[in-house]
Amino acid sequence: MLILGIESASLTASVALLQDGRQLAEYTIDYKKTHSQTLLPMIHEICRMTETVPAQIDAIAISAGPGSFTGLRIGSATAKGLGLALQKPLISVPTVGAMAYQCYGSRYLLCPIMDARRSQVYTGIYEFAEDGTFVTVMDQTPMAIEELLEKVNAMGRTVLFLGDGVPPYAARIRELAAVKVQFAPSFMARQRAGAVAALGQVYYEAGRYESAADHRPEYLRQSGAERMKDRQ
Amino acid sequence: MKEDVYILAIESSCDETAAAVVKNGREVLSNVISSQIDIHTLYGGVVPEIASRKHTERINQVIEQALEEAGMTLEEMTAIAVTYGPGLVGALLVGVAEAKAIAFATGKPLVGVHHIEGHIAANFIEHPELEPPFLCLVVSGGHTHLVRVKDYGVFEILGRTRDDAAGEAFDKVARAIGLGYPGGPKIDRKAKEGNPLAITFPRAKVADNAYDFSFSGLKSAVLNYLNHAKMMGEEVNDADLAASFQHAVVEVLVSHAMEGVKEYGADKLAIAGGVASNTALRARLEEECQKRGVAFYRPSPILCTDNAAMIGAAAYYEYEKGVRHGWDLNAIPNLKLGER
Repeated sequence: MLILGIESASLTASVALLQDGRQLAEYTIDYKKTHSQTLLPMIHEICRMTETVPAQIDAIAISAGPGSFTGLRIGSATAKGLGLALQKPLISVPTVGAMAYQCYGSRYLLCPIMDARRSQVYTGIYEFAEDGTFVTVMDQTPMAIEELLEKVNAMGRTVLFLGDGVPPYAARIRELAAVKVQFAPSFMARQRAGAVAALGQVYYEAGRYESAADHRPEYLRQSGAERMKDRQ
Repeated sequence: MKEDVYILAIESSCDETAAAVVKNGREVLSNVISSQIDIHTLYGGVVPEIASRKHTERINQVIEQALEEAGMTLEEMTAIAVTYGPGLVGALLVGVAEAKAIAFATGKPLVGVHHIEGHIAANFIEHPELEPPFLCLVVSGGHTHLVRVKDYGVFEILGRTRDDAAGEAFDKVARAIGLGYPGGPKIDRKAKEGNPLAITFPRAKVADNAYDFSFSGLKSAVLNYLNHAKMMGEEVNDADLAASFQHAVVEVLVSHAMEGVKEYGADKLAIAGGVASNTALRARLEEECQKRGVAFYRPSPILCTDNAAMIGAAAYYEYEKGVRHGWDLNAIPNLKLGER
């Protein structure tokens, strides 16, 4: 089984090919160029390098959100177009969950944070059980950093933070933390399509996939206009 | 014999998610439009973020329906075409990413199309005899252009709006008199009950280019008229106001077009864009063209509104010229006409 992983929820653009549990290729760029210009050329490149023709792809694992609305849609529309053309299913993978999944086997609580603007981060809390099972302790959600720290402080365990929310919030985290905190090194500090594809495989085997037509991003936030309307 | 060219075209530049299959640039095999107008009406205009979300939700179904109605498979398509500008960037990006992925997965060539070139090409669909050169008046919610179409895909812009597009002025005036969104068709309907000569509104001239348009002064004059009447406690006849406003817009559009016809000795005039559906504009241009022995071309209202069939028509001529876009094609919200 060949899974194409796609990740474009934030600044990082990443694509990967996972064949029967073996990562054939991964291409990750953490740079300012727009995903519209990078994502498909990157997919083209990993297919070319691994002599893969698109028709060989069995499923597309897409990092579904939360994240930049535009970034999510570029990834989503790319995955939907591939799914439509290849008539293959999409696997919707929670972005924050996939970030934590790349820290496989860690004994810490895993807490990815993505800068969500408006004084919030997109975050979630995860851990790996003794038998290696990936456990969601707190589902991904937008949250103020203060509230997140209250939650992890109450858990009384060492927490590993990662994600693009670390640079702007590291000082605040150290200030508020009543538990030991760690920050992930660069190679596991951003979104990676390899983790999206690998978690996608777990979901696929559990029957959690959908048609390309049905897929939609998980924004976890309303548009500004809807928020204004609700407030009226 | 030349092989037939089938183009799957995708359009998502504003608030319509659309896909079509077009044969040889002129024959529409399907033309599916999923309009979001109901939701945007709640907000009194197009909300870009909502438009982009709706495109993402609907795009696959719309494309699948277009193929099904054409009775064709993706495999049978010659090329994939998509609008890549101008328009709302978030909305454009959905169609662009989708089209690129489909082209990549099927190994088909990708042709990016300018939205306004699409509107102009809508005329080719219903008028098989129409060939460049001709003059075209493009009027929509986002654009007001008087264009010389010198050849397929070769344009000279004679005039453009300096401020509001004609359709934008319709929307703003409609909102001011409580008709709601979208303003174009609502003013058109209301104006039928009113007297176009009841109120005299200014027709702005642009000093340094006689072909350029300006509608913001007219819009302000209407708003001032309303404010003044309100302050004086006078009743405003909405139908007369709508008719007089529309008359002012139409007369400016018609006079500019006729000036162009005269200067360039054009024997063909076409109209395009959402406002090209306006019944008063169509009637007046018809009349003026007839007087001058100029052939007048106008697409049916369904092809004036944003649709993908027009994108397929424009794409055909680009495809034939050898235009191909790469996997790095980006959405360009302010793409200029004739630019590649």
